[in-house]
Amino acid sequence: MTINELIKQLPLTIISEGDLSREISKVFCCDLLSVAMGKAPADCAWVTVMGNVNTLAVASLTDAACVTLAEGTVLDEVVVEQAKTQGITVLATTEPVFDMALQIHQKLTAE
Amino acid sequence: MSDQTGSAGVVLKYTVSPDDFTRAGEASSKVKNILKQMGISPDVIRKVSIAMYEGEINMVIHAHGGEITVTITPQEVLMELKDVGPGIEDVEKAMKAGYSTAPEQVRALGFGAGMGLPNMQGCTDEMKVETELGVGTTITMSVHMEDK
Repeated sequence: MTINELIKQLPLTIISEGDLSREISKVFCCDLLSVAMGKAPADCAWVTVMGNVNTLAVASLTDAACVTLAEGTVLDEVVVEQAKTQGITVLATTEPVFDMALQIHQKLTAE
Repeated sequence: MSDQTGSAGVVLKYTVSPDDFTRAGEASSKVKNILKQMGISPDVIRKVSIAMYEGEINMVIHAHGGEITVTITPQEVLMELKDVGPGIEDVEKAMKAGYSTAPEQVRALGFGAGMGLPNMQGCTDEMKVETELGVGTTITMSVHMEDK
């Protein structure tokens, strides 16, 4: 499933638009960047409440397909600009981490 | 940054700024893009990116920045991270997952969980830590190119 297809089916808003045609491999949850760095699978949809500039760096270096900010987490404008410049897709939802991750997982496995 | 191509491969040099978390990762991103352009396998790129970013973060947190030299040859990507920071008191402890001496403000950013060195070791084929208290630390890491 691509990011675009996911956005159409779930309550997600686009904060920064990268390549929305990217295929998502699986869903990944973690707020500790140190752990996400070592464990986030390539092409994953990463659900987190940690929204800072380092989140972008970790997303980029682990080659995550997109970052999904849960619980209504907002990014600084500067960070949003940086995500746009770097072509990193950042989505947002007011739902809790688990609920959103479960919904993404269900969509991915229903294919 | 400077780079040169010679018989020893491509050599890239970077300076890591001290205490600037917003810029940590710049060098790793640049290396990642260069490796991509060179057509290196995604798995090697991922390992190099993670190991180098962790190293960069460590240099920002603990060592007031430092110098990184990356050498790319057909056989491997060799990274040398050199700082003149305080040195690591107990390398064996520092290599254990979960052991951390990072300050509270670093933990608030999502780092400092004691995963840096273990992650670096996990991503690399060879890793050597040379450290002396009050003098500094040099970490040398190698990620081998996959057999084609």
